[in-house]
Amino acid sequence: MLNLHLYMAQRLTAMIMAPLTIGHLAVMIYAVQGGLNVAEILARTQGSLAWFIFYGSFVLAVSIHAAIGMRAIMFEWLGIKGAVLSVISWGLCLFLLALGGHAVWAVTFAGASA
Amino acid sequence: MIRPHRTHALWYAFVLHRLSGIALALFLPLHFYMLSLALTDPAQLDEFLAFTDLLIVKCAEFALVFLLAVHMFGGLRLMALEFLPWSSRQKTFAASTVALAFVISTGFFLQAT
Amino acid sequence: MSESGKFLQVSIWREQDGDGHFETFEVPRQDNQTILDVVAWVQQQADPTLSYRFACRVGMCGSCAMMVNGAPRWTCRTHVQKVADDNRLEIAPLRNLPVIKDLAVDMDPFFDKWVAAEAVFEPTQTRDDPMAPINPQDPMRIAASDAIECINCAVCYAACDVVAANPDYLGPAALNRTWSLVNDIRDDGQDARLKAVSGDGGCHNCHAQQGCARYCPNELNPTLSISGLKRATAKSLLGWGQ
Repeated sequence: MLNLHLYMAQRLTAMIMAPLTIGHLAVMIYAVQGGLNVAEILARTQGSLAWFIFYGSFVLAVSIHAAIGMRAIMFEWLGIKGAVLSVISWGLCLFLLALGGHAVWAVTFAGASA
Repeated sequence: MIRPHRTHALWYAFVLHRLSGIALALFLPLHFYMLSLALTDPAQLDEFLAFTDLLIVKCAEFALVFLLAVHMFGGLRLMALEFLPWSSRQKTFAASTVALAFVISTGFFLQAT
Repeated sequence: MSESGKFLQVSIWREQDGDGHFETFEVPRQDNQTILDVVAWVQQQADPTLSYRFACRVGMCGSCAMMVNGAPRWTCRTHVQKVADDNRLEIAPLRNLPVIKDLAVDMDPFFDKWVAAEAVFEPTQTRDDPMAPINPQDPMRIAASDAIECINCAVCYAACDVVAANPDYLGPAALNRTWSLVNDIRDDGQDARLKAVSGDGGCHNCHAQQGCARYCPNELNPTLSISGLKRATAKSLLGWGQ
């Protein structure tokens, strides 16, 4: 169940993600031509501060947005509430942040061999 | 069977928005994990990317792009409903959401195949 | 074509002390028959123990609201010929409210939430002060008037899936009235009001399914009102606006 603060966080992260999502869709439509491979992806993203900021903010925003969205669904459709609901919601946020952050790092500054 | 009080366009729009959100939330951890293989096991990632050339995978990607686009446009529809002056064309907006998402995902599919 | 001579198969919800089930009655069909006519026929001719509510029977009071074939409606304004598929009807008490007996629900939770949403006028003046000059063209007055015709029938409350899923949710009717009062310049209770609709059961739980607007017999739009409350509370949080 959403209160004013959760609602505002949800809407603000949504607004932040609208241009990021459009950008991501555009990149995907461009990048998917001729098939995908690691070398091609890394050639674009490796060492790039711009991509780090782009996808880094995307990961931060989606972790918050998805966790709040799933919080409402778990409450309304699964009847989970109270402390358990908060623990699972925060857990989901941190899980997405960790996994997503690692993915962003992996394709930008982690220095993977192509 | 859908309960009678729910059989209207804007309820379907709500369900589509919610289900697409769930699907995306479940997909994201897998997506992040695969990308992080670029660091830990690039060979495995290349193998997986070659696997995605299969037509059936491309169809799944079409569905994913549709779900992302429909969730985003649906979200924009909701924020317009909430923060802009009320419009009587609610059903039109809901339908446009689906149409636009379909255009984008078809565009992706045509580029991908 | 006359409907007389035909019969309706009517399933009516019977419940007492928490034990509920559908019971089927065969009701003679007539031209120009409403669902309320059907229910009244059953109670008068078939089973006098059937409990139901009505008052004006002309679509003004909202007392006769029930679930008709799964949709919340005023039964006195629902014609059998519009909803009876294949001469079958299903009549049940309003959704999302506790059942007292058969088709009569307990409206207390509905009115408790009305008060909890601060949907109550807080005066700033007394009878000894001059009347407040309200300009009918003022956009705030128009907004207040657009939302004001609610007669508390609970049809929107029964239609709303968020009410069903979230026991704390104040509901479309209460929030609609709160919005009307937010736009009433004579009222003094705005701070408490915005706070009341910002909690766990507040306006931010609305998912804009718009079932409330679809079914309101007075053609009100609680989703529109709730969107207004979302804007008002957001502005208040960010320090803008009144």
